[in-house]
Amino acid sequence: MKRLMIVDDSLIIRRRIKRAHGLEDFSVVGTAADGEQAVSLARQTDPDLITIDLTMPNMDGIEAIPILASICPNARILVVSALADKATAIKALSRGAHGFLCKPFTDQELHSALTELASD
Amino acid sequence: MDKESIEVFINSLTHFYRQVGVGEVSVGVPYLLDSKSPVVFDFTGIIGISGKRRGCVYYTCPKAMLTHILTSMGERDVSSAHLCDVVGEIANTIAGNARKAFGADFLISVPVVVQGEPERIHMPDNTRSVVIPTRWKNYQSIIVVALE
Repeated sequence: MKRLMIVDDSLIIRRRIKRAHGLEDFSVVGTAADGEQAVSLARQTDPDLITIDLTMPNMDGIEAIPILASICPNARILVVSALADKATAIKALSRGAHGFLCKPFTDQELHSALTELASD
Repeated sequence: MDKESIEVFINSLTHFYRQVGVGEVSVGVPYLLDSKSPVVFDFTGIIGISGKRRGCVYYTCPKAMLTHILTSMGERDVSSAHLCDVVGEIANTIAGNARKAFGADFLISVPVVVQGEPERIHMPDNTRSVVIPTRWKNYQSIIVVALE
């Protein structure tokens, strides 16, 4: 079972990802509300997969991604963000993310994105 | 603001409702806000805009509507904290998705959520706000876009 960490400043989104249909093969090892919490949590939980928002208080996703990638070099990072422009997606990928899912998303889209990353 | 820019925000909102699976939202005829006093319902999610454009975008709706949206999304907890969270997330999605059209220089803030009185909404002085009325089920809500 893949160990999943969820990072988003919205509690509703964290809960939505956590209970999305079709994610029975993923075990949520922790959730964080910003990049700072995510860095701390990643050190404790060593996740296989991370979903991370970009627009967050304290430390945003763009800043957190390379830190998370260095703490958990084997983890696959999926950006889940409302920022829908290509330049942002490219920036996130260049900083260490492995995939990009635009909000709003369906359960099916989330499942597909996570499954694809998990099987890489 | 031109028609195409207004349509960007309309499309973002209709896409949100469709994707989260709570049904369709209908959109009324946008109009210019005559006064500087913001129009608000019970909960308002505000996104500050900077970069190439400056101003703010906010989404405001009544408590009963947000409660209905949350339960339609399968949430049992409809506390004020959750209502604030979801209206902030809708505002964030509307503004964030607009970057597909406006580009990465359309910088958006984290959401600020106001419950009740609109003291914390500061409208730009040198522009008129566009109000986009919407209806979901029997509830009215609005997007307000104020961009220089």
